[in-house]
Amino acid sequence: MIEIRWHARGGQGAVTASKILASSAIRERKYAQSAPDYGAERAGAPLRSFNRVSEEPITLHCMVLRPNIVVVVDPTLLKTVPIFEGTDENAVIVVNTDKTPSELREYLGVKGRKIYTVNASAIAMEELKKPLMNIPMLGAISKVIDALVSIESVEEDIKVTFGKKISQELLDANLRALERAYKEVKGE
Amino acid sequence: MKGWKNLEIGAVITEPGSSTVYKTGEWRAWRPVFQRENCIDCMICWVFCPDSSIIVEDNKVVAIDYEHCKGCGICAFECPKSKGDNESKKALIMKPEYLFREED
Amino acid sequence: MAVRLMTERKVVPYTGNMATAEALRQINPDVVAAYPITPQTEIMHFFANYVANGLVDTEFMTVESEHSALSAAVGAAAAGARAMTATAGPGLALMWEILGVASGMRLPIVIPVVNRALSAPINIHCDHSDMMGARDQGCIMLFSENAEEQYDNVIQAVRIAEDERVRLPVIIGMDGFIISHSIENVSLLTDDEVKKFVGKQTLTHSLLDIDNPVTHGPIAMADSYMEFKRQQREAMMNAYKVIREAGEEFAELKGKKYEHIETYKTEDAEYILIVMGSAAGTAKYTVDGLREKGEKVGLIKVRTFRPFPYYDVVDVIDASNVKAIGVMDRAETFGGYSGPLFEEVCTSLYTRGKIYPITGIVYGLGGRDCNLNHIEEAFDVVKRKAAGMDVPPVTYLNLRV
Repeated sequence: MIEIRWHARGGQGAVTASKILASSAIRERKYAQSAPDYGAERAGAPLRSFNRVSEEPITLHCMVLRPNIVVVVDPTLLKTVPIFEGTDENAVIVVNTDKTPSELREYLGVKGRKIYTVNASAIAMEELKKPLMNIPMLGAISKVIDALVSIESVEEDIKVTFGKKISQELLDANLRALERAYKEVKGE
Repeated sequence: MKGWKNLEIGAVITEPGSSTVYKTGEWRAWRPVFQRENCIDCMICWVFCPDSSIIVEDNKVVAIDYEHCKGCGICAFECPKSKGDNESKKALIMKPEYLFREED
Repeated sequence: MAVRLMTERKVVPYTGNMATAEALRQINPDVVAAYPITPQTEIMHFFANYVANGLVDTEFMTVESEHSALSAAVGAAAAGARAMTATAGPGLALMWEILGVASGMRLPIVIPVVNRALSAPINIHCDHSDMMGARDQGCIMLFSENAEEQYDNVIQAVRIAEDERVRLPVIIGMDGFIISHSIENVSLLTDDEVKKFVGKQTLTHSLLDIDNPVTHGPIAMADSYMEFKRQQREAMMNAYKVIREAGEEFAELKGKKYEHIETYKTEDAEYILIVMGSAAGTAKYTVDGLREKGEKVGLIKVRTFRPFPYYDVVDVIDASNVKAIGVMDRAETFGGYSGPLFEEVCTSLYTRGKIYPITGIVYGLGGRDCNLNHIEEAFDVVKRKAAGMDVPPVTYLNLRV
């Protein structure tokens, strides 16, 4: 079972991204959960969302305590919320930042863990013209963890989720953002 | 009375109009006495009676249904022929029920 | 006529609210009356979409309160319609008066409830105070562990409610946000399968049957009120059988068996936890972990809270090697010895002459997280009780001191 914790701010689409992730995994006949940690919903407030993906049925119904993957959608959260909480040396940290993984490691002063970075804000602004970093972050994590979910399933799910709600133009922009982050995510 | 196994489920009443078998006239402490000779058949008592106890035949008030009349007195209060003090001129007069019933 | 949408079985990524709305669509009730309250609102958002798109034949009524929502359902059900509503927490509290009307009039209304804490302080998150507050209002009560169970339970509830031996409202609870707003794998039946399973509503004494006029909801004074209450007790006792029958028939259809209780590794268990709702899933996982360490622990999940399956619970406890029992309540009984589930379990044991060390555990109030560590803590309390140590009547899990 892979457990994921998302850190974002309200309005950045992290809850939607977490739902798309679970939904794409279920599309691949895996078992998955997406559980947002609902608080007072207000734009800009730090929020968390959780995912579990497994080959076996999942019975757990609690918050993720020891995430295998931590996704930081908003770089301003890096030092304001405990992003490493519950992680061990093998945890994977995927961060939206313009820094390289080694620069980020130095900035955070952390040892161990695998750090990946992607400039999702830049991708979002270029492709979507809005600071919606959720879809690029999905592209990045589907690259980083092979066993999680394939980019094709995520693409398919974005089409189903957004299909009728947004214009073809915007849908294409989202898919381009997904693709770019998938290619541009950097490891150490 | 029926036991719990035989009563209708959910207290549904399946017999239409069964309220007529419920003799509410038993509750009466005051009785409206009808004096036909003073009645002008204006039907105001018939309209106001909350228990449909004014018996009308061929557009004429003929009697009071004492099986269901609860003795509320609305008929006598509303009757245009029953104002004032002169009882002999009234169409409806409220009198204590004990005058008409034998002692138990 | 409603359009068929689901022609083959599917496993879908659904939240509990989506699964409930899907069940409602497939049941295609005649009347649904509802008032929005978090976290139930979504169910009716989805369902209103189905209505607007002509996917159901339902008369959808948006009313001015939960009291009115259930009142409208009562009227519709008395008229012979298959009526439903849905609510949560304080909404169920506002329905409270009419719950007794619905059960007293013996109307088979199906009420999915998203369990939410009661105010004050205001809290929108999960606990079972809402349903526990309504537990003696004469409604059948089922608790679901996950989104799929909620879907399955709502479908079965129609059959249970409308069975002529029962004819009572059914409340089906799922944990607010934890289940209602979380995506999980949900295996759906086809529209035809659901339609066939729920069958046709065959109500006698419809208010709209002008050839056989009836009166619903009359007065019953001291000379007959008690007889009608005795009938309700009988209906609840019948419901015990009917819920089991519906579960067996549902198992034939879907392959997943639903019973009054679900047991998990209790056969040789020395320490048993009893729990309802989503925490049962977390507890199963914890039991597996503790078993790997060689600890003899087990779990009983109660699905049917009303009628309470007192025989089933005691039989399972009796067949185990139990040294002590912990009953986990997601609700308080202030001033009582312990929570409502605790009291039911104790009564079940005592009346069968079975006395075991037993302790009450209150957890998850107002959405407080209950994770593996907390379930382990609960087992520790049970072990202390078994060892004869001093344990308070109620232990609060995950409480700041």
